[in-house]
Amino acid sequence: MTAVAERITGLVGALRGHGVRIGTGETVDAARAVEALGLADRELLREGLAATLLHGPGQRALFDSVFDLYFPRGVGGPREAPLDRETLRDRLAEALAADDRALMARLAAEAVDGMGGYGSSPGSDGWSAYQTLDRLRPQTLLARVRADVRGRDGSGAGFADRLLDDEIRGRIEEFRRMVAAEARRRVAERRGRDEIARRGVRPTADRVDFLFANRDQLTELRRAVAPLARKLATRLAARRRRAARGTVDLRRTLRSSLSTGGVPMRPVLRRRRPVRPELVLLCDVSGSVSGFSDFTMLLVQALHDQFSKVRVFAFVNRLDEVTGLLDHGRADPDGLGARIRAEATLTGWHGSSDYGVALGEFAERYGGAVGPRTTVFVLGDARTNMSDPNLHAVREVARQARRVYWLNPEPRDRWGTGDSAAPAYAGLVAMHECRTARQLGALIARLLPV
Amino acid sequence: MFTSVDDVSARLAETGYLASPAVATTVFLAARLGKPLLVEGPAGVGKTELAKAVAQVAAARLVRLQCYEGVDESRALYEWNHAKQLLRISAGRDESWDETRTDIFSEEFLLPRPLLTAIRGDEPTVLLIDETDKADVEMEGLLLEVLSDFQVTVPELGTVTATRRPFVVLTSNAGRELSEALRRRCLFLHIGFPEEELERRIVRLKVPGLGQALTESVVRVVGALRAMDLRKAPSVAETVDWARTLLALGADTLDETVVRDTLGVILKHQDDIQKAAAKLDLEAL
Repeated sequence: MTAVAERITGLVGALRGHGVRIGTGETVDAARAVEALGLADRELLREGLAATLLHGPGQRALFDSVFDLYFPRGVGGPREAPLDRETLRDRLAEALAADDRALMARLAAEAVDGMGGYGSSPGSDGWSAYQTLDRLRPQTLLARVRADVRGRDGSGAGFADRLLDDEIRGRIEEFRRMVAAEARRRVAERRGRDEIARRGVRPTADRVDFLFANRDQLTELRRAVAPLARKLATRLAARRRRAARGTVDLRRTLRSSLSTGGVPMRPVLRRRRPVRPELVLLCDVSGSVSGFSDFTMLLVQALHDQFSKVRVFAFVNRLDEVTGLLDHGRADPDGLGARIRAEATLTGWHGSSDYGVALGEFAERYGGAVGPRTTVFVLGDARTNMSDPNLHAVREVARQARRVYWLNPEPRDRWGTGDSAAPAYAGLVAMHECRTARQLGALIARLLPV
Repeated sequence: MFTSVDDVSARLAETGYLASPAVATTVFLAARLGKPLLVEGPAGVGKTELAKAVAQVAAARLVRLQCYEGVDESRALYEWNHAKQLLRISAGRDESWDETRTDIFSEEFLLPRPLLTAIRGDEPTVLLIDETDKADVEMEGLLLEVLSDFQVTVPELGTVTATRRPFVVLTSNAGRELSEALRRRCLFLHIGFPEEELERRIVRLKVPGLGQALTESVVRVVGALRAMDLRKAPSVAETVDWARTLLALGADTLDETVVRDTLGVILKHQDDIQKAAAKLDLEAL
């Protein structure tokens, strides 16, 4: 049983390394679950461990990848002699047409074994999912599988037939995931599980760096907006409740104590003005930072009922108000970025971002949007493309607003390198590093006015 | 309570609840480890049904605490029956105060609410705490004591400890983030939308009159709709509703007209209907 215990603690360690909070009590529960379930059925074991170790649905994808490393399907490569590419493609087409998951998994193992190996000397060799998929090209099987399925069902005229393409694409995507998992397993055998679990497993969406997130991860992030907004709303409400309790108003306490002979029997609390704060967002939506800006805009939109007024401005080198676009954007968050870039006037003369001009334009045209109750958030990497950062405009906005915060998606040690004017801006307003959704959530919970 | 995971699935299926392997495994573990079960998932996937099915299987009494905003100790735990206490006081006029006091704070004047009821019972009990996310944060603190030690303290009577641990199911729609402390005390189960195969079996079970081919098409279309990133993805309840509608309409195959006319059964927002119609190549509504 010690070997199993070691596996479980290893698994827990790897999950903790990815930011999942697991206590010793849960680890013990996991071990008891293994005892109750036995090791015969791998899928039961997976569900049992997930039930005892995880606390939320967001961590499941991460858990599955790590689980595959610590409780692998098998050891080593498949026993049969490797198939050549064409035979493998034929059999894969059959498996996809029949939607046979077990066969697909077996073919994934064979594909990695036959096509994924690279390098020859120990230490530099390994198994590559990318190389396997590049040689096998499962996506080109679509037409063949479609014809196959239609031929089998006979007619092919039913209504559900129009869903076929998407379904087959889903199956191919599933096969790609299987290949990736298989390649990770083979590499883990060579290099050690802990190492691969730490580096080779995709982190949960809220820990992905905004600047390096790919399209899938951005979509996943957008899906995380609503739960994150709910969490923040709960936290803001708690902060508001605490704040409403208020502090003791010394002057009025003393005053009311006169009626009890100068003994302060009843403390008088400072009254809170029941105003909801206003929020202004200035977002750089150019190229690399756009993923970060889109996400933050959606998040603020989801939180809008916490504020009396939210106004959102987008800029590249010209600035325009996009509050209206955002309101309509709730039905279709994926298209938000494209719509903003299409409908708002964001560029003039050239297409690269210019903070100086954009901030100047904001101070000039929309200066009225900023008042003593307004908190301003600037989102961007402060890379001015060598032009004037226009510190005067920032100073002006900071003077009018209640607070100005700058959220920068670049790591702190890169601020000030190249054309970054971050240190100059940071001297005027509070600048925070904000690289992942998790960091953003923590910052917003702390910085948002209540 | 159960001997194995297969036993769980088989016995739940007898009551008409078809459980996925994840559900069956977690229910088995919850019974075996004696821990509460926290079930999360979208509306209409059968979270509450699960608790009812478990109660039926285990021949246990189902005690239900429906949470809502403002639910408090006196609604969840226990309350003294003030009116009856007053009557008792005025009835015994010539008693001394000590006698009266010991009498009016006795079992007879206690109104047990769901949590206390579930803990005091001697027979097997399933305690369902429904829509936990609707309750206030303070309520969670109360649940912590009950769920970790299965005991309740009534100052006048002392601590009541469960002689027989109830099987506890908490459900949540994730409307609010439950505290980490509460999650830690529970086994976590996320019930998502079922696999195609399982959903086909559910439809067949609930709407037996629907043809094989049509059932298959219905499940496929619903699966495609779920992949579309809608405001409210159709849930199992909607699939079953749709199947019933089609049966009532006497449709024997899905075609464009039928789908267009009945899309409102599965999708509840106008935006969603338009989006789905566009993706499914239906003509404009």
